[in-house]
Formats: sequence, structure tokens, C-alpha cells
Amino acid sequence: MNTAMNTGDLLQPTPHTNQRTIVPHVSTALTPSMSLTAGPRAVDSSIPMSRLIKVEVRKTMNTRAGKWLLATIAGGAAIVMAIMVIVGIVNDEVFGITDFTQVASFLPMGLLLPVLGVLSVTGEWGQRTNIATFTLEPRRSRIVAAKLVTGVILALAAAVAALVTGVVAMSVFDLFGGDATWNLPTQAVVSFALLQLIGVLTGFAFGMLILNTPAAIVSYFAYSFLLPTVFLAGASLWDWAESIRPWIDFNFVQEPLMEGQLSDVNWGQFAITSAIWFVAPVAFGVRRLLRAEIK
Amino acid sequence: MISVEHVTRSYGDFIAVDDVTFEAASGHITGFLGPNGAGKSTTMRIMVGLTAPTSGRVTFDGRLYHDLPNPGRHVGVLLDASAQHAGRTGREILTIGAMTMGLPMSRVDEMLAMVGLSETESERRLGNYSLGMKQRLGIAHALLGDPAVLILDEPANGLDPAGIRWMRGLLRGYADRGGTVLLSSHLLHEVELIADKMILIGNGRIVASGNRESLIQLSGGAGTVAKADDQSALTAALTAANVAFRVDGLQLHVFARPIEVGRIAVEQQIVMTELRAQQDGLEDLFLTLTAESQRDAPDTTLDTAHEPQIAGALS
Repeated sequence: MNTAMNTGDLLQPTPHTNQRTIVPHVSTALTPSMSLTAGPRAVDSSIPMSRLIKVEVRKTMNTRAGKWLLATIAGGAAIVMAIMVIVGIVNDEVFGITDFTQVASFLPMGLLLPVLGVLSVTGEWGQRTNIATFTLEPRRSRIVAAKLVTGVILALAAAVAALVTGVVAMSVFDLFGGDATWNLPTQAVVSFALLQLIGVLTGFAFGMLILNTPAAIVSYFAYSFLLPTVFLAGASLWDWAESIRPWIDFNFVQEPLMEGQLSDVNWGQFAITSAIWFVAPVAFGVRRLLRAEIK
Repeated sequence: MISVEHVTRSYGDFIAVDDVTFEAASGHITGFLGPNGAGKSTTMRIMVGLTAPTSGRVTFDGRLYHDLPNPGRHVGVLLDASAQHAGRTGREILTIGAMTMGLPMSRVDEMLAMVGLSETESERRLGNYSLGMKQRLGIAHALLGDPAVLILDEPANGLDPAGIRWMRGLLRGYADRGGTVLLSSHLLHEVELIADKMILIGNGRIVASGNRESLIQLSGGAGTVAKADDQSALTAALTAANVAFRVDGLQLHVFARPIEVGRIAVEQQIVMTELRAQQDGLEDLFLTLTAESQRDAPDTTLDTAHEPQIAGALS
């Protein structure tokens, strides 16, 4: 550990005077002239939302966990599609682009994008970076908003990347004599993107609700894999369970999206189930966060 | 300048911070001293809006922390040097801070150089940092926004003796340029060398404040151990004379010279069984004032104004 020698010179605190702002605090250049900016700072503009979002996007990528997660999603999607290409050629299958994206959507995107959503919230608690985050921006709801927008950006970026990879996979499939049907219905694209968005945002909601990485991920997977089975069993046993299932089972309501059928989605049921599984936990989480003590 | 005004924070029945009031003036280093669990960290978290006070408020040049736009440019905060992502490099941690505050990236290099973290060290992940390196990085983070106020919780933790001396020089230079520094410690000797003013806190309450000399006077110079035949008569007489004291079993620790206590006793015709100057140093004062039993002591008439608290004893 070396000891810095040039310490004092670089520090330019503002002397307290009762005069308000004589010299505007122009830059952070460490010149002696800067040392005598007066009283309360002239740097009195709030942190713009765009900057908070930029920082949040960076924060999802600048940790080892974040990098590996994104790399795994991208690499996993590519591998899954490559396998599809080979299987398709060998078995003389007829494939469209949505066949490729749907598989990628199930694995790895459907599995890992929600984890990204969870981590964007819980990572701050586990690593206690929330102390720095909320001292630099004490208006906590702005951080939550920035994180939400970040989730949307990442989901859409992932959707676009998957579609591009899908097109590449199709080209390879086509090139090697696969039976490729080159049409890409708009509603398939939209429902695919929507599905990724729901994945990230539901993960975000579980993160906000639970604030603990492993617990939130386990809960999300329970919701995602276990709960549909429970609902299915209930629906097959009791008529009343079957009739309420479309109003409480978010996964069930999303099934048309997984088929790429945007038009088949019952939007009333979609609204109700998303209120249960996304709006309610986020609202609860935000409410708690605004009051919580950050330690 | 930081103004802490009647800040109280309770957790159920437990009062972590009890009506704490003090000011940290610009151009000065204010030491916030107390044993572990005395309420220092809670008070500091309240200052920067991480913990809501049950009552009271803290202002920076008249403004609440929450109302400071881009607060990192006004108040530099280091509450826990380990509270950063272990998977990020030191440089990346500063980069995020600089981005959030809207600073040029050159500021990151300047701060790294200032706290003595080398290029290679800055590229290492925080998980591989020693506590001393984390502390330096935390100080760099606090200074990034070129703030007018610094709030540092136990900044000397983990620094080696050379590092502590380095930090003293750094903070002294900063205060001499007009900056406001509030730093906490549970170690008296860390603070007494550097602080212009010390605030002693125990069990959530401020038990004494003043500069080093006045606190020494409080303890040794002006302190008296007194024991009377009729203790309640003596406490009443001292209270009437506006002299601060503390009850310690059958003894009274009076914050006045023996001659003053003697005079008061004579006037009231109280029979003294013991009357002697307290020879304890600042450390003893610190320990006695902040001791666990302090909370139960009936009357410590030390309050929180900025002047040394020697009541009327020396007048």
C-alpha cells in the first residue's frame, strides 16, 4: 500500500461563507482557482433521469456476475439455435424464424432474463451498494424508475439480439438445404418481445418484493415452473378452479404469446394477472423502499 | 456547515439516538466519538437520508440532504468502505460515482492518484482489496464530487499508522481550505490529534463536547471527586449553583475544581467525607462519560452547545 504524497493540494472543498455563489462551480478540474467557489454549490441541477438510466445499464454489466449472465444468455441462445439448425437439417424439418426465437425464448432467455431483473434490484442489497446509490440520489423512487427502464431496455435489446441471431440461424439452415419458410409475422415479433419484457419485469417485481438474491430467484422459478402445475392440477380437479385460473395464472395467460399469437391474448385477463404478479409486488416493494432504512 | 437539530431515532422501546444536537462548522474537523453502538452511525445515516429520524432534522447550510440536487457535489459520504460490489474494480466503482454525479472521467484518475491507489490496484476487484485499500477507495469516492462537506464513519479503520497520518494530513488540508469534516471513531487517540472539536456520544446522547483542552479541563483540570455525608444535600446544592456533576455510586464526579465544590459545601454546611481533584485523563473522561451505566446516571448536566461544558464552575 503506497501512501500518496500529493494529498492536500488536490482537495478543493468549498469554504463556507454567507455569500451565495460568487463564482460558479464550473468544472472539476483541479486547479487552485476552483478552490474558492462560494457557499452552496452552483451545481444545483438534479441528476437527469437519462444519466441515472445510463448508470443503471452500466451496473448490470460491470460486475463479473452481470457479464457472465449476459454472456450466458447470448451464448446459450446461439448454441440452442445451432442445435436447431443441425436437428432441422438432419430431420428435414420445416422451420421459420419464430421457431428459432421461440426455442431461445424458452431457454436460455426465459430462464435467465428474469434473473437479470431480480439481480438489478437484489444485487444492490446483497452487496450493499444501495448505500452509495441512495446517498448519491436520495430520491429513491427515481432509482426504482431508472432500474425499471433499464429492465425494459435490456429486455428489448435481448429480443432484438435474439431475432437477429434467429435470422442468422435461418440463413445457415437455408444455406445447408433446410426447408426454410422466410416469413416473420409482426405479431410474432411483438409477442416475442413482450414475452421477454414480461420475463425481466416479473423478475424485477420478485426482486423488489423479496430483496434477497437467492430467495428471489428461487421464488421466481417456483412461480414460473411449479405454480402452473399447481394451477393445472387445481383446474382439472375443480370446476371453480378452472374458471378462475385465467384470472390469476399469469403464465397461463401468456401462453398465446409463447405461440407467437398476440391476437389470442385475452387482454382483460392479462391486465388482471399482471396486476397480481407485477404491479402489486412492485407497488409493495416501492412503498417499503421509500421508508426503509438503508444499512 | 452541518446542523444536527434535536435528532431522535427510536426502534420500538430502544432509543438509538436521543435528542442529539450539534453543529459541525466549516473550516473545522469535528470528531464524533463514542463506543460501538453509541449511535454514531445511526446519526450519520440520518444525516444523509438513509435512515429517517423519529424526530428532528439535519441541514447542510440550511438545506435538508434530500433537498440537495446532486448531493454528491455537496456532501461526500463514507459510511462503510466495504459496502461496494466485490465484483467491481476500484476504478469502476469510482466511474459509476463520477457518472452519476456528471463528472468528467479525469476526476476518477485524479482521485485514485490522490488516495494513492496505483493503476494496477485500481484495476483489481474490490473483493481482493485489503481493508486499508477499501478505506482509501471510500475516501476517494467521498471526495469525487469535490464536496464542501465530508461525512466519514470510522475512516481510520483498517489504515496502518502511516495511512492514518496520511489521512490526518488530507483532512487537515481539506478543512484548512474551508471544508467541513465530520468523522466518527470509537478510538479517542485517533480523533484527539486531528479534531478541532469533539462530540462525545454515549447511549445515543451527547455527553460532552468541546475542544481537546476544554475536555481535558473537564476531566482532570476541573474535575473533582466528592463524597458527602448527605449526598442529596450536596447534589441539591450543586444543582442550585449550576454546577455539572455525575453520580457514581456514593461518589459524585463534579465538573468543577475542588475549591468550588468545597465552597458550595461550606455555604450549605454539608459535611464532606471526600474531596479531591480528579486526576484522570481525557481517556477516562471518555470512558466514564460514555460508559454503559451513563444512561442510568440521574444527572449529567452536560448539554450540547458548542462551548466547552464546564457549567458555571470556572467563572
